[in-house]
Amino acid sequence: MSAEWETVVGLEVHVELATTTKLFSGAPNRFGDEPNTNVTPVCLGLPGSLPVLNRAAVELAIRLGLALNCEVRPSVFARKNYFYPDMPKDFQISQYDQPICVDGWLELPSGVRVGIERAHLEEDTGKSSHVGGADGRLHGSAYSLIDYNRAGVPLLEIVSRPDLRSSEQAREYAEELRAILVATGVSDARMEEGSMRVDANVSVRPAGSDELRTRCEIKNINSFRSLQRAIDHEAQRHIELYESGSAPRLETRHFSEDGRTHTLRSKEESHDYRYFPEPDLVSLDPDPAWVEEIRAALPALPAARRAAVAEATGASHDDATLLVARDLDGLVLAAAGAGAEPDRLLTHAVNNLADGPGCLTAPAFAALVRMETGGELTATQAKDVLAELVASGGDPAVIAAARGYEAMDSSELEALVDAAIADNADAWEKFCAGEDRVQGVFVGAVMKATRGQADGKAVNRILQARRG
Amino acid sequence: MTAIELAAAVRSGHRSAVDVLEEHLARIDEREAEVHAFMTVTADSARASARRIDERVAAGDDPGPLAGVPLALKDNMCTRGVPTTCSSRILEGWRPPYDATVVERAVAAGAVIVGKTNLDEFAMGSSTENSAFGPTRNPHCLDRVPGGSSGGSAAAVAAGFAPLALGSDTGGSIRQPAALCGVVGVKPTYGRVSRYGLVAFASSLDQIGPFASTVADAAVLLEAIAGHDPLDSTSIQEPAPRLLDVLHQGVEGLRIGIIDELASAADPDVAARVTAAADALSAAGAKVDRATVPAAVYGLTAYYLIAPAEASSNLARYDGVRYGLRVDGADTTEMMRRTRSAGFGDEVKARIMLGTYALSAGYYDAFYGKAQRVRTLVRRDFAAAYEHFDVLLCATSPSVAFRLGEKADPLAMYRCDVCTIPTSLAGDAAVSVPFGTGADDLPVGVQVLAPALGEPVMFRVAAALEGAAS
Repeated sequence: MSAEWETVVGLEVHVELATTTKLFSGAPNRFGDEPNTNVTPVCLGLPGSLPVLNRAAVELAIRLGLALNCEVRPSVFARKNYFYPDMPKDFQISQYDQPICVDGWLELPSGVRVGIERAHLEEDTGKSSHVGGADGRLHGSAYSLIDYNRAGVPLLEIVSRPDLRSSEQAREYAEELRAILVATGVSDARMEEGSMRVDANVSVRPAGSDELRTRCEIKNINSFRSLQRAIDHEAQRHIELYESGSAPRLETRHFSEDGRTHTLRSKEESHDYRYFPEPDLVSLDPDPAWVEEIRAALPALPAARRAAVAEATGASHDDATLLVARDLDGLVLAAAGAGAEPDRLLTHAVNNLADGPGCLTAPAFAALVRMETGGELTATQAKDVLAELVASGGDPAVIAAARGYEAMDSSELEALVDAAIADNADAWEKFCAGEDRVQGVFVGAVMKATRGQADGKAVNRILQARRG
Repeated sequence: MTAIELAAAVRSGHRSAVDVLEEHLARIDEREAEVHAFMTVTADSARASARRIDERVAAGDDPGPLAGVPLALKDNMCTRGVPTTCSSRILEGWRPPYDATVVERAVAAGAVIVGKTNLDEFAMGSSTENSAFGPTRNPHCLDRVPGGSSGGSAAAVAAGFAPLALGSDTGGSIRQPAALCGVVGVKPTYGRVSRYGLVAFASSLDQIGPFASTVADAAVLLEAIAGHDPLDSTSIQEPAPRLLDVLHQGVEGLRIGIIDELASAADPDVAARVTAAADALSAAGAKVDRATVPAAVYGLTAYYLIAPAEASSNLARYDGVRYGLRVDGADTTEMMRRTRSAGFGDEVKARIMLGTYALSAGYYDAFYGKAQRVRTLVRRDFAAAYEHFDVLLCATSPSVAFRLGEKADPLAMYRCDVCTIPTSLAGDAAVSVPFGTGADDLPVGVQVLAPALGEPVMFRVAAALEGAAS
C-alpha cells in the first residue's frame, strides 16, 4: 500500500438470529435439514399467506443493538421488491428507512471506536443450487434446485459507518462483532455455514483527506482471511485506477478465491427496489420496559470479559482475547478463584484447550493445577490428565492414580540423575565447565528411564545442585 | 327460507342438511349455465359435509349457527385441496394446502361449502367481466353484469344457489355487486375479519365480508367469521361483534348523515332511492341531516394509486417458479416474463404497471406518498363526520346494473366505485342494503357507512331500511 493513500472501509454484516422458529412463521429455523422440509405456506409465499412477527427475533435484535450501544427505536417493516427465484414472494420483508437499532458504536480491542449506523431485521431468502454447469454457477447450468428451508430465517443486518482504515482493522471489527454475537447468544455467527456474511464497502482517499470517494461493495467473502484479502486487493485496484488517471465506478463486485474482485453489477444495473411499508404488518414499537429488561439481562460483553480475565490472571491481551473467544475465561477465573496458580491455568487454557472445555469443571481444573504446582504431577502428566478431564470429566487425583502417576520421591529421582551423570561422564565435564547446552543429555536420559514421567524441572534443579 | 330459518330447521332436525343442499344443487343445475356464478361447484364434498351435519344432529350435537347452510366462497379464498384460481390463468390448477381462516370458521359454525365463485381476475374490476374464465351474468337480467369483483358470490345468492356467500371488498367489491344483484353485502371494518388465506390484491384495503338475502343472515355469517386471528397481524384484538341481538333495536334517535360530496355521483334513479331511504329512516325516528366528508371526492384517485401499488408487489410471486402456470423460457427471467405475459389478463397487467410506476424511485413521493396523505385526509374527514353522526348514508353504485361490454373504457369502470372507495380508504365499515328498484326495474342498493367497529349500529340501520323497503 502506497503511503499517500488511505483505505476507507465500512462493513455490512448479515447474521442469522439464533431463534427456534423463523422471522414470520412457525417453521423451524434449523440449518442442514432435508431441503424444503422446514416450510409453511408463509415460507413459500403461497397465495393468501400472511407474516406474523416472531417476538424472539425482535428480542435478539434489541439485545445486539444494546450491546452495540445503539438507540432502540420504533420501526417499520418494508417490502423490498425484486424478482428472484429463491425469494418466494418476489419481495423481501426488510426494514428500510425506520430500522429498529440506530446510532451505536463498537470499540475494537485495539481501542478504535467504530460507528454503527444501523442494525435492522429482515428475512433471509431460499438457497439455489445450479446443476449441470461448471462450479455450481448459474451460467451454463441445466437446471436449478431451490431449498426454501432458509427462506424466512431471521437476519439482522448490521451496518458500520465507514470508520475502518485498513483491512486489518476491518478484520478486527468483524472478529469482535462475531465475539459479541456469540457472547450475547444472538447468533452462532459461523461464516462457513453462512450464518454470518460480510460485505465490504471499500474506497481509498489521499492520506490526510477526510473526503469519501467512490466505493465498491464486495460480496462473496467467506472467511475473515478472505475479508482482509478482498479489501487489500480492492484498495490496491482503486489506487492503481487513480494513479493511472482513471477512477473506480460505483458498483458491486464479487470476490473470488483467486484473490481478485470482479464486477457483479454496476450502478446502472442496480435494482429499483420500490420500497414501501409492508401493509401486512403493523409498526414495531417495543415497550421501553421490555427494552430495559433486555438491557438488564445482557451478559458480560467480550471487552469486559477480556479486561476481567487479564486483571485477575495477568493474561496478555492476546491470551485474554483467545480465552474469551474460546469461552474459557469464566472457567479460568473460577479456577483461579479456587486457588490455582493463574500462570499454569493460562498455559493450559491457551495450549491444551483449543477445542473448548468439554467436561472440564472449574474445581477439577483448579485441583489439577494445584497437583501440578505442588509437584504431584509433572507437566506432561498434567496435560494427559487434563485431556481426560476434557473428554469425560472426573477427579484429577483419581485419574492420576489410575494411570500410576505417583509423584516420584526426590531420592529416587536423585539416584536416576546420578546414574545419568555416571553414564555420560564427558558431557558432565562439559556441563561443569559451563556448557549449559549439554543439560539436555541428562534430562533426556532420566526421561528415557522414567518413560517421560519425571518432572523436567526437578531434574534440572538436581543437576544444578550437583554442579554446585 | 332464510339462512337463519334453514339452520334452525336443520339444528332441530326438521330438515336434513342433505335435503337443503340438494335443493340448492338443483337450482345450480337449473340456472348455472346461464349465470356462471361458479368457478367450481364442490357437490361431492358438500354432500359429505351435509351428511356429517345430519349425523351430528342425529347424535344430539349442535353443529352451530350455520348448521347445514350452503355457503359459496369467492374463488380468492384458499380451500384445502380445492382449486383456488382468482379467476386467473396464472393460478389455474393450483390447489392450496390450507384453508383460509374464514373457511375454517364458517365450517366450524356448520356451513356447507357448495363451491367457489367467479370474480374479476384477482378482484380487479367492477363487473366480473375481467374473469379469465368468462363473465358472470346478473340473475335479474342476463344481459347485465352482476357487478364486481365479487360478482359470482352476489349472483349465487341472488339466484338462490346458496343462501350465503363470502366476498372480498377492496374498493367496493362486495357492496357494488350486492347493490346490482339486489342482495345485502357487508364490508366489515378493516381488521374485523381475518385475511389469512385471502389471496391478496391490496393488503391495506382487502376485507372479507358476507352476502345474504337478508340483513339478519348477513349478521349471523359475520358473527361466525369475525374476531381476532393471530395469523393476521392486522386483525383487530376484538371478539366478533354481537349483531343479531341489536337488529331489532330500531333507529329512534340515531343521527344519520347523507354525504353531500357523493350525492351528485349517482344517477337520478339511484339518488331518488337514497332520498327515499333517508325519508324512511326519518319516519322511523332517526334524525337525518346533510353531512360533509370533503376529502371523499379525492378517494378514487388515491385508491387507484394505493391499490395498484400494493397489487404490483402482491402479484409478483406469480412467477412460474413454485406453483400455477409456467411457460418455459431460455433462462429464468424469460420464463418469468413469458409466464406473467400469458397468465395475467389485461386489467391485471395494467394495474401492475400502474403500481410499479407509482412506487418507482423518484415517483414515490409524487404518487404513492401523496395518495397516502390523501388517505389520511379521508380518514380524518370521516372521523370528523362521525362526531356528528352515528352512521352516514349514500348510494352504493352510481347506477343500476349495466350491460355486459357497456363500460369498455377502464376509467368509466373505475368510476363505479366512487361511492364505495372512500370508506375503504378510511378502513371503516359499510353495508349495501337493497332498497327498491331504479331504471329498468333493476335493484338499487343504499349504502350505510359506520365508523371502525361500528357494525352494531350499522346493522340496526340496515335492518330498519330492510324493513322499510319491504
